[in-house]
Amino acid sequence: MRHVFEEELNQLNKDMITMGSMCENAIQTATTYIRYQTADKNAEIVDIVEQINHKERDIENMCLKLIMQQQPVARDLRTITSALKMVSDLERIGDNADDIAEIVSMNNIPTADVEAIELIDMAKAANEMLSDAINSFVKRDDELAKKVIDTDDAIDNYFNNIKLKLAEDFRDSSHNLDSVLDLFMISKYFERIGDHSVNIARWVLYMITGTLEGNTN
Amino acid sequence: MSENIKISVKDLDLYYGSFQALKKVNLEVAEHKITALIGPSGCGKSTFLKTQNRMNDLEKGVKIEGQLLLDNKIDIYKDIDAMDLRKRVGMVFQQPNPFPKSIYDNVAYGPRINGIKSKAKLDEIVERSLKQAAIWDELKDRLTKSALGLSGGQQQRLCIARTLAVEPDVLLMDEPTSALDPISTSSIEDLAQELKENYTIVIVTHNMQQAVRISDYTAFFLLGEMVEFGKTEDLFAAPKDPRTERYITGRFG
Repeated sequence: MRHVFEEELNQLNKDMITMGSMCENAIQTATTYIRYQTADKNAEIVDIVEQINHKERDIENMCLKLIMQQQPVARDLRTITSALKMVSDLERIGDNADDIAEIVSMNNIPTADVEAIELIDMAKAANEMLSDAINSFVKRDDELAKKVIDTDDAIDNYFNNIKLKLAEDFRDSSHNLDSVLDLFMISKYFERIGDHSVNIARWVLYMITGTLEGNTN
Repeated sequence: MSENIKISVKDLDLYYGSFQALKKVNLEVAEHKITALIGPSGCGKSTFLKTQNRMNDLEKGVKIEGQLLLDNKIDIYKDIDAMDLRKRVGMVFQQPNPFPKSIYDNVAYGPRINGIKSKAKLDEIVERSLKQAAIWDELKDRLTKSALGLSGGQQQRLCIARTLAVEPDVLLMDEPTSALDPISTSSIEDLAQELKENYTIVIVTHNMQQAVRISDYTAFFLLGEMVEFGKTEDLFAAPKDPRTERYITGRFG
């Protein structure tokens, strides 16, 4: 019974994991660019983001096909609808990483400015949030998903600290304002990556428990 | 929720001889809602449906324990005659079963038995019932023709009209579309949605998507037990009992 459906759900699971690791790769690549100022216009991140976008389309098509063919209910329904929502957040994470790389490629940011703030730590924390969110999906681990949601405060703290520091730099007329603004943008993109990871974790929780946070019905 | 309870079932047991077909079933049927009963063949859902208008308590070897209350006060096994009960709780069956009479006489049958003789009154009832069953426009010019000449879908809507003619409160439907094509099925489903404004509907269906489409509440039966009952959207999105999950996702067997 439902042999074909099970195989397709397994394939969906694998595709989600693949797309998740592509996004981790995108964040790590963008982080490397920041650290070593290596971004250029033909950067490998362009390829990664293109693959992410393709994967999103593939997964969306697969989910729509499964909804049409199987008219899923219960956990099947929750898995497929969650996957549909999660790929949007994953795709946004890819875009955010791409945006970061593009800013770095403009070569406005001296390494010393990067080191003066906790940007790399923030990047690592954002990457870990995404990684945990993907793992909570892979392992159907609701505790890990909750942890991701709680970790959002830590990312917000990084962002607020960085913002304060950059505001000081901004007032200091001797500072390179392009660098300040670019770093502010980059930190905002990492903060967004944290938010998207939280969204993913919420859908993982819904998939596992059937309850959607903030749903009052 | 401020829903009225139309039928409340308390600790209902039903035995066919030594076989227990229903085990301590507790369920509340909400007024002006559609309640779907689902479950595999032999799970007791049709048996349960039939208890609602006493189609089975007089069968040989059947023993029923527990209580079924209509409108929270009438014990349908103690306080009401089966004939009177069936005026209030009507049944539509799986196979359309029109009488071999004219369309008009099919619908007027129940009211006539109940003593209505006035032609004008019967005309009015026939028109109202056929309109409620969404088949008046199709049939109004051929009321004297035999009901057996109608299509399956039309016959089923005629049977619904026949049931509505005696003005019941509750409509019981036992797989009313399983013998119909998709278009007729869809029209019966639409009809059920319209009828719930004025009636309370309990429907047995093997078609799970039908339960999802039309019902407000769903009860899942298995081996004579009512395993789970809840709002349809909750039961199908996030069933609480693993047996419900296995059944609705097709993992049984």
